[in-house]
Amino acid sequence: MEKARKGIEVSIALAEAAAQADVDVVAAYPITPQTHIVEHLAELVAEGELDAEFVPVDSEHSAMSVCCGSAAVGARTFTSTSSQGLALMSEIFFIAAAMRLPMVMALANRSLSSPLSIWNDHTDTMMVRDAGWIHVFVENGQESYDHTLWAFRVAEDPQVMLPVAVNLDGFILTHMIEPIEYVDNQTVKNFLPEFKMKNALHPDNPVSMGCFGMPEIYTETQMAREEGIKNAYPTILKAWEEWGSLTGRYYHPIETYKTEDADYCIVTMGSYGETAMEVVDALRDEGEKVGVVRIRLWRPFPFDDFRKAVLGKQALIVLDRAISFGGPGGPVASELRSALYGMEGAPSIVNYVAGLAGRDVARDDFRKIILEGKNKAYAHDTDGFTLYGLRG
Amino acid sequence: MAKPMEQIKWQELEVGAIAVEVGNAREYETGTWRSERPVVNKDQCIKCGVCWIFCPDACIIQAAQGHFEADLTYCKGCGICARECPVGCISMVSEEEG
Amino acid sequence: MDRFSVFSSRLVEKAEYFTSGHRACQGCAEALAVRLVMKALGRDTIVAMATGCMEIISSPLPTTAWKVPWIHVAFENSSAVVSGCEAGMKAMMRKGKLNQKKINFVAMGGDGSTADIGMGPLSGALERGHDMLYVCYDNEAYMNTGIQRSSATPFGASTTTSPAGKKSIGQQTQKKNLPQIAVAHDIPYVATACSSFPFDLMQKVKKASAISGPAYIHILSVCPTGWRIQPHDAIRYGRLAVDANVFPLYEVENGEYRLTYTPYKVLPVREYLKGQGRFRHLTDKEIELIQKNVENDYAKLLKKCGGQG
Repeated sequence: MEKARKGIEVSIALAEAAAQADVDVVAAYPITPQTHIVEHLAELVAEGELDAEFVPVDSEHSAMSVCCGSAAVGARTFTSTSSQGLALMSEIFFIAAAMRLPMVMALANRSLSSPLSIWNDHTDTMMVRDAGWIHVFVENGQESYDHTLWAFRVAEDPQVMLPVAVNLDGFILTHMIEPIEYVDNQTVKNFLPEFKMKNALHPDNPVSMGCFGMPEIYTETQMAREEGIKNAYPTILKAWEEWGSLTGRYYHPIETYKTEDADYCIVTMGSYGETAMEVVDALRDEGEKVGVVRIRLWRPFPFDDFRKAVLGKQALIVLDRAISFGGPGGPVASELRSALYGMEGAPSIVNYVAGLAGRDVARDDFRKIILEGKNKAYAHDTDGFTLYGLRG
Repeated sequence: MAKPMEQIKWQELEVGAIAVEVGNAREYETGTWRSERPVVNKDQCIKCGVCWIFCPDACIIQAAQGHFEADLTYCKGCGICARECPVGCISMVSEEEG
Repeated sequence: MDRFSVFSSRLVEKAEYFTSGHRACQGCAEALAVRLVMKALGRDTIVAMATGCMEIISSPLPTTAWKVPWIHVAFENSSAVVSGCEAGMKAMMRKGKLNQKKINFVAMGGDGSTADIGMGPLSGALERGHDMLYVCYDNEAYMNTGIQRSSATPFGASTTTSPAGKKSIGQQTQKKNLPQIAVAHDIPYVATACSSFPFDLMQKVKKASAISGPAYIHILSVCPTGWRIQPHDAIRYGRLAVDANVFPLYEVENGEYRLTYTPYKVLPVREYLKGQGRFRHLTDKEIELIQKNVENDYAKLLKKCGGQG
């Protein structure tokens, strides 16, 4: 697996990153569009190229449960799911974070039923936004590969001890063939130390995990969780820095493109960032002072980085890929509004929800969203959200 | 000795709120639940250990003289030992009557 | 203790891995079953436990009654969690990340967890062939939430969601036969046990832990609170269930059935039902029907045991 840049399906590259991390346990259940990831891991195990236990479970609920058991004994643990699978395992997904069990999930984002759809948006991941996992969003194949290794490093750090979800857009990324540069196994070893869990389940050091919490103590356990995920932030940055120094690819919680002199920005999360940058390039040629703000780290939310990036701008056009029904609109916009509430120099926010269940959002659409959004902002028409491309 | 739960600060919790002092449930004295206590007639006791094996609270201990008796710190007074004793040497006595 | 060699208690492991100070009700035969199972398993054991009575009474933070590594994740998934523990340790030992050691991987759950909500994960874990033991503590209803019926509640029992009334006998369905479902997975070892028969129980647990591959033990665990009997009668009612052939003790080793206990004199089912609040409403006619069902079930079991009896 020590290869240079090559054209490969993103799912395969991501699986090979997990294999390079020398995972001990992979537990997963088939669901589109994550299947290629775990199929490839099963193949690597079958061929003897990866020494791991591949546990072909009876449901996603069991997949997450097996991962909890595996992480609890201190084994390096990987899983992958999408959509309904995430919904089914959501009960245990929350518990994995609460019990501080490090594991990595490739979350191939897909819409939730009904109607049944296998295509991409962010409704699945938004459902577990508050579960206490670290959530990162990637934009392309290279980032998917890089962040899989990065995620193990962050999750297993004794200062963190949390599960990490690498969110990648289903089909748009998972099934795409892209040129991807691998790092060699020695570099992986240097970057990713062996997982040594302090209180792993073992007869030589018995502990009780997952105890019962009375009202007298539950509140304290929740504060410990809140501080735990906030304290992960420096480790997250450090891991990105080190990855950058090893590979030349540097990542940040909030990434900006042509924002320095921009009057207004479009805000994206996930694979839409690349299209947004291309459209912004074109609009810049036409004299629009527009930039792109890409949210890479979703949890813990990088409030300071975000504010630093946008305070002083006039408007943000926030592109959401999910709806909070009967609520404030898109979940991302809602959060950004509250992040800026009452702050001096806060831009006004216009919210678009687009690309639900894989409906194509092409460059022209981005162009329309950006220009129409700007006009709305300047006309103070910022209430609610617009469901872009809706008929009727 | 574990701190009582209502005194624990969030900073004092182990990561993942795990319990690391295994078996420290023994600090909780279930004997306070009891309304009747088992009294063993030592002379009649044949030292078979049936009471010991059937105790759901693992609170029967063997005295130096060989007979078995309940550790009243934990004994909830269920009366299983008295009911199961093959020679009937255990009787349940009300706590109120002393 | 009618027919035991009464002195053998003293040969049993003295160490307690499930300690005093747990908060089970008075006379809880399920807590006793846990205590006996742990004696048979010993220290080199990892327990994954389902949500339920045994979980909450043993682990109110920051205390724990467990002296072995123990994990609770949720209600329906102890079998999946323990299979994760087993897979993780197996991989790490194989790869030299952990020292080789024989460890007992044991999942535990009540009858609700096993027969109802956790049926899928249990079937999956048994089918995948993990080296694990699943122990079901069957007290025949959801006792932790307040005596609701499960699919393992016996016909005729009154519970809070199968109450006996003018138009209902109480539980209207037959008890789901979990040991038979486990047997259908063609696993190496399946057994029934009861904490009223401690030596039989511990011997089966030892056997199950020595076998490699999945094993399943189904333990009838008398619940004085839910069955509405006196706490001191908990052991007696377990014995009555077995002596009336309501809950026969047997084991299935590689598909071979064997009774491990035959009542000296089979008691009428009435003897077992009598005195239990949950069966108080039954008429003579209904008891006759239950008697017939028990006889039929026992005859079927005997046939599987090759007529032994």
